Amino acid sequence: MADRAQQITLARNGHLSRPSLFKTLTGSAALLVVLLLTLGTVAAVASHATVGRGFTPADWAAIRFTVTQALLSATLSVAIAVPTARALARRRFPGRQVMVALLGAPFILPAIVAVLGIVSVWGRSGLISEGLTAVGLSPLNIYGFSGVVLAHVFFNLPLATRLILQGWMAIPAEHFRLAAELGFTSKDVSRQLERPMLRAAVPGAFLLVFLLCLTSFAVALSLGGGPRATTIELAIYQALRFDFDLSKAALLSLLQFALCTATAGATLALAKPTAFSIGLDHPPARWDGTERSTRLVDTILLLAVALFLFAPLVSVILRGLPPLFALPPQVWPSLLNSLLIAVPAALLATALALALAALITELSRRTGAAALLEAVGFLALAASPFVIGTGLFILLNPVIDPFKLALPITIAVNATMSLPFALRILLPALQRAEDHYGRLGASLGMTGLTLFRIAIWPRIKRAAGFAAGLSAALSMGDLGVIALFAPPDFATLPLTMYRLMAAYQMQAAAGAALLLVGTSLALFWVFDRGGRLDHNIR
Amino acid sequence: MTITFDKLELRQGEFSLTADLQIEEGHKIALLGPSGGGKSTLLSALAGFNTPQSGRILWRGEDITGTHPAQRPVTLLFQDHNLFPHLSAAQNIGLGLRPDLKLSRAEHDTVEQALEQVGLKGQGAKRPAQLSGGQQQRVAIARALLREKPILMLDEPFAALGPALKHEMLDLVGAIVDAAKATLLMVTHQPEDALHISDQTLLIAEGKAHAPQDTRTLLANPPLVLRNYLGT
Repeated sequence: MADRAQQITLARNGHLSRPSLFKTLTGSAALLVVLLLTLGTVAAVASHATVGRGFTPADWAAIRFTVTQALLSATLSVAIAVPTARALARRRFPGRQVMVALLGAPFILPAIVAVLGIVSVWGRSGLISEGLTAVGLSPLNIYGFSGVVLAHVFFNLPLATRLILQGWMAIPAEHFRLAAELGFTSKDVSRQLERPMLRAAVPGAFLLVFLLCLTSFAVALSLGGGPRATTIELAIYQALRFDFDLSKAALLSLLQFALCTATAGATLALAKPTAFSIGLDHPPARWDGTERSTRLVDTILLLAVALFLFAPLVSVILRGLPPLFALPPQVWPSLLNSLLIAVPAALLATALALALAALITELSRRTGAAALLEAVGFLALAASPFVIGTGLFILLNPVIDPFKLALPITIAVNATMSLPFALRILLPALQRAEDHYGRLGASLGMTGLTLFRIAIWPRIKRAAGFAAGLSAALSMGDLGVIALFAPPDFATLPLTMYRLMAAYQMQAAAGAALLLVGTSLALFWVFDRGGRLDHNIR
Repeated sequence: MTITFDKLELRQGEFSLTADLQIEEGHKIALLGPSGGGKSTLLSALAGFNTPQSGRILWRGEDITGTHPAQRPVTLLFQDHNLFPHLSAAQNIGLGLRPDLKLSRAEHDTVEQALEQVGLKGQGAKRPAQLSGGQQQRVAIARALLREKPILMLDEPFAALGPALKHEMLDLVGAIVDAAKATLLMVTHQPEDALHISDQTLLIAEGKAHAPQDTRTLLANPPLVLRNYLGT
């Protein structure tokens, strides 16, 4: 309480010196880059879209498919996430911490690896189909609508669970004590404590998942396709890559942009997703939910969710280990390409996020413009890599062959895609550091870079390392814009993996998947570890 | 008619507290000692919110060490979060009668009377956010009143209030406890608060809870641990 009050006073009294020129310049430059990549590319796209021709029936089918699968995926994810989060909030069991930590894993798991895992469990020759054919039933077919939804639930159920679990953890421990003292039953606890929290937490989680399902590409590429299971993103990709129909791609890009921006706007208005805050480890003690039936329901649910999430991961590891030592030769150059993309993209994303965060912190002392800037950082979440890709293609095509620039374009797009997450991590850390130590430093006569180096950077280093690690892992595993620009003789590791899967070389693909996951985690670890070295932070 | 801590040992990580003492009912008792000393921990244990490492808690001779918090003879007021923010003041009080809030006509009247007793007549429809900090704690006191538990425990619910308002609230609590012939246990850092309301003081310091003593005698002639804490 006192701490918060102090922060507010500090923020209000904040130094009234002139805005730092350096921060303004770097912040504005970062803003310009982000705006150019998000809105600039949309403008380029808009100039090429010929509305006169309108949408074909195939386009309408893609639009319907995109929205329907996203709605169903988000509904299922949230519907399962609510009881799962409730079980995690009120049960203490060995392995709970591991499970909560692993719920964060699918977020940095390369989409194409997850798809491989899902295919190996749910696919035609997967574990479940083998069981079905053994008892004389027909095997499952996960290509198409059901497969896309299945993969999206796999990805987003953990995210939704963590978001909603945060809501549970935000209920003050006193309220559960009060409930126990007043003799609340599980039903009373649900009505008086949990439902009000859910009313606040669920819409934001739902919209975020909906948004992620709108823009996901790798899942649609590998499990969808064909006239009945094509998403808008996939349609843009096909229009550019196979039909060379720039105006159609442009028109679809505009639609995708409008859809995503509207969803992102609604998400931002309803809830700020903060999937990275720590503190999901120590739930307050509970006295409700001790009935035998609720224990049983929670146990079964947690086991089922754990099986659903971890079986594909374990399957990839088991299948990938043997071929890991006999990988096809094209894997190694593509690994190098992936590293050449991921490391610069991570540094770029972190630098952009830091510059933007510094400008936001600076502005928040003066005006309400900070909120607007934060929304701009969030805009990149709404930006689809294919809209950006299409826009860059249009902008660059008259000047230079865009396919020659596959590497820098992919770096720029990947950095933009990681920016919202990096900003979410860095902004609170920077604001805290400025609030607590910026004034102290300034009062000791530190200015500019000295102030940053001595008072601020040591406090935000850890967050910066985490942001860079996350961006690196995301960029490493991304199969998006590279698919659009890559010449046939050029590939990243996820693209090579996809090509292996498309050629039904599942063994080799599993080996490449394991290599990809291993490198992503190693990159994440190196950056994250780098942020924790040296300084004694708490 | 006593509360007995029988060789009680409480642990939370590094921290530990032992209590082996009896409290006679009907007194107003201040729990005095440095912060982090275990005052709140002792109240939590009596309320049933943490499980002792060893030892027993007895109430009128009956072992309540493992009893559910709702079945214990206590109401505990916290420093914060005593009210549910989405419920009105009247509903927050009504929870003391029925957790499902299906109140009868008569029960609604009881809630109104409780509101009046704590000086909030006619304010029952307000949400906690529309009330001042002192008023919010009055609502919590009104609920404690309705619960009619023989022991009322205060874990510094008035710490954020100014001195005058704090004394006013302590007087209100004192009057309610007297009328109900209940026992008051109250955490405090301030000897003057102990003098203001309590007749006995239970000193908690250096991992040990000492048996309650007459407040005036204790403060007039403080033992070494208390002198260290008070800085006298």
